[in-house]
Amino acid sequence: MIKALLARFHQGHRTAPFPEGPVNVPDRLRGAPALDPAKCPDGCRECVDACPTGAISAGASPLQLDLGRCLFCTDCTQACPQGAITYTPEYRLAVRRREDLRVEGGRALQLAKALDEKALKLFGRSLKLRQVSAGGCNACEADVNVLNTLVFDLGRFGIQFVASPRHADGLLITGPASKNMELALRKTYDAVPAPKIVIAVGACAISGGPYIDHPEVLNGAGALLPVDLFIPGCPPHPFTILDGLLRLLGRIEEGRPKGP
Amino acid sequence: MKKAASPGFLGANGVAAPTRDIPSSSIGEFAIALVDHVSSGRRVSALFAEPDGPSLQMTAVLSDDAFNLVYLLRTRLDDPVFPSLTPKCPQVHLFEREIAEQYGVRPEGHPWFKPVRFHRSWRPGRDAWGRPDASDPVVGVTDFYRVEGDEIHEVAVGPVHAGVIEPGHFRFQCHGEEVFHLEISLGYQHRGVERALPGGPTKRSIHMLETVAGDTTIGHATAYCENLESLAGCRVPPRAQALRAVALELERLANHTGDLGALANDVGYLPTASFCGRLRGDFLNLTALLCGSRFGRGLVRPGGVGFDVDAGRSAEFLKRLDEAERDVRNAVELLWETSSVMARFEGTGPVPKSVAEDLGLVGPAARAAGLNRDVRHDHPSGFFRYSHVPVATWHTGDVFARAYVRWMEIQSSIAFVREQLQALPGGGLRAEVGPLAPNRAAVALVEGWRGEVCHFVSTDPAGRFARYKIVDPSFHNWTALAYSLRNQQISDFPLCNKSFNLSYCGHDL
Repeated sequence: MIKALLARFHQGHRTAPFPEGPVNVPDRLRGAPALDPAKCPDGCRECVDACPTGAISAGASPLQLDLGRCLFCTDCTQACPQGAITYTPEYRLAVRRREDLRVEGGRALQLAKALDEKALKLFGRSLKLRQVSAGGCNACEADVNVLNTLVFDLGRFGIQFVASPRHADGLLITGPASKNMELALRKTYDAVPAPKIVIAVGACAISGGPYIDHPEVLNGAGALLPVDLFIPGCPPHPFTILDGLLRLLGRIEEGRPKGP
Repeated sequence: MKKAASPGFLGANGVAAPTRDIPSSSIGEFAIALVDHVSSGRRVSALFAEPDGPSLQMTAVLSDDAFNLVYLLRTRLDDPVFPSLTPKCPQVHLFEREIAEQYGVRPEGHPWFKPVRFHRSWRPGRDAWGRPDASDPVVGVTDFYRVEGDEIHEVAVGPVHAGVIEPGHFRFQCHGEEVFHLEISLGYQHRGVERALPGGPTKRSIHMLETVAGDTTIGHATAYCENLESLAGCRVPPRAQALRAVALELERLANHTGDLGALANDVGYLPTASFCGRLRGDFLNLTALLCGSRFGRGLVRPGGVGFDVDAGRSAEFLKRLDEAERDVRNAVELLWETSSVMARFEGTGPVPKSVAEDLGLVGPAARAAGLNRDVRHDHPSGFFRYSHVPVATWHTGDVFARAYVRWMEIQSSIAFVREQLQALPGGGLRAEVGPLAPNRAAVALVEGWRGEVCHFVSTDPAGRFARYKIVDPSFHNWTALAYSLRNQQISDFPLCNKSFNLSYCGHDL
């Protein structure tokens, strides 16, 4: 017993002061991309051809990048001789509408707005989620699960992953929605009492990710269910996920935490 | 007197050879040779088929751990039925079911003949179960094994589980608390990885390989890149090889640390559970310090690595590694000193050595049962040819052994990573990978944190992938989890499951 207590002293206090304190993300994190279409030579499609998931459109139309498909792999930046696309370490990426993930040069990402007043009254101080992996590779799942550790301490925000959909206010879905999970995903959704919310985490759950248009998948959760929050990434950083959840609950607004 | 069967083509990890050099024999001779190999101590690393005109070519990859050799055997499957090898060689049981499901041939006499991933046959009009083409198989619907008798009851769990975890279906046959039998039925994560790879490499291939099992990004990406490099005759710069090895060990460190925390959680010992949850993240963050991604996305690339480490980054890395080592020791050693933890670990979920050998187990699950097998030692590739890692084994085969082997590996991986970072070789990061040689075959073996990652590749006359076979270590080991539950309490399932911590997506592909 004394050893456990000594270990407790040794390990110290490790919970990150989020959202009010400084956020430690890796300096090489590939977060929000910055697009500079002014650098694109006429008709150039190098980035479009390099992108593994068809996330970029350019050439005939203005340069546009769909973060819902983006793997943040930088194959485009390596292909672009002009440096028209760069990835910044900006970790805040969650949005409420699918179309808000399509970014263009000179336009800031429309980060997620809070749920409406009625929904906030229900979920704002206590949100219970059931996680469903539908073809996920266990990277998104792992970085969702890590929110339960003492570093992120999800419970202090009133958010909890629960064991049964019957106890849940919504689903958090990862993976490209494999056809073999279609029935289970629908049943799980139906088992959640209304009103309910759906959160899609990662490129797979938003668009199919590296598995877009495989006949074995449905190209993401949106094919089956109405999605209320999109958190892009492959996988998203845990702070990206946490930031998205807190924005949905109105706990962070305009880039700053909201007071208690 | 029995005619001696051809031992097959002799190769090694990471060596490409002309496909025509792999001798093809009749199915009878193939079976004799395979059984001879296995009874001489070799392991089946892979067994798979690929189309060859209207018929099929079946290939076995056999690893000789003692002599650092890989044997390749082939046979043609012209008929819709072939004699099952499983009765004589249990470790091919799942491979044969996989071949049947993919190509619609039936291994006659297979004792456990059921679908693996519940998808349609890749050859229209041929189905091993005689199902019509138009109907998609329904995942999880199969003839589950049943025990009958007074007071026998069945417990069905999944596909959606209680935790934040991937889906799979588990069917227990119980007598009270005691489990007589557990059957595991997977396939829910199937997303068509192997089906999509022939004709490649394409711009999407590396990204699919990095997500075969997201927690083994480095393991699978390394095997894939080693295959491309051996087919293209590309020499990877030593600095890149060292960084790949560092990343592979960081992957092991993060997952082993997380697993020890999760094992502590499953026996209700919260201090270590809580500390290791954080420390797992510290190791992931070391990978992110190298490449920006906690899972190593973008780090391993054909020809080398995508990121370099300068002196400042290296110093920061080593400082954080020292802190993590100190804290992980402090957290994990509590387990071995706490009798309530040891009482739950010891004797739970045993897998005897002979069973581990028969099932062809790999990784910590095999080493915990006393099998001395580790690809880093037996078939070293990349930087493991120059810098060695001791093989950690234990003899009891129970939850404790699987936990303790992880702890021994954590310690040796930290020492390895530190040694490499302190003396990184100079030179470039990435070599050009030219066109792939046509009509060649290559095997890449990598010791991922769960065990052997085996990738086989063959090229067509144009130098494109003809077949790309992926074997995640979980494919070998799922059966061992089912075995470990025999005569155990059903309430020990989470503990046994966590002690293997196998991949669903790596199995389902």
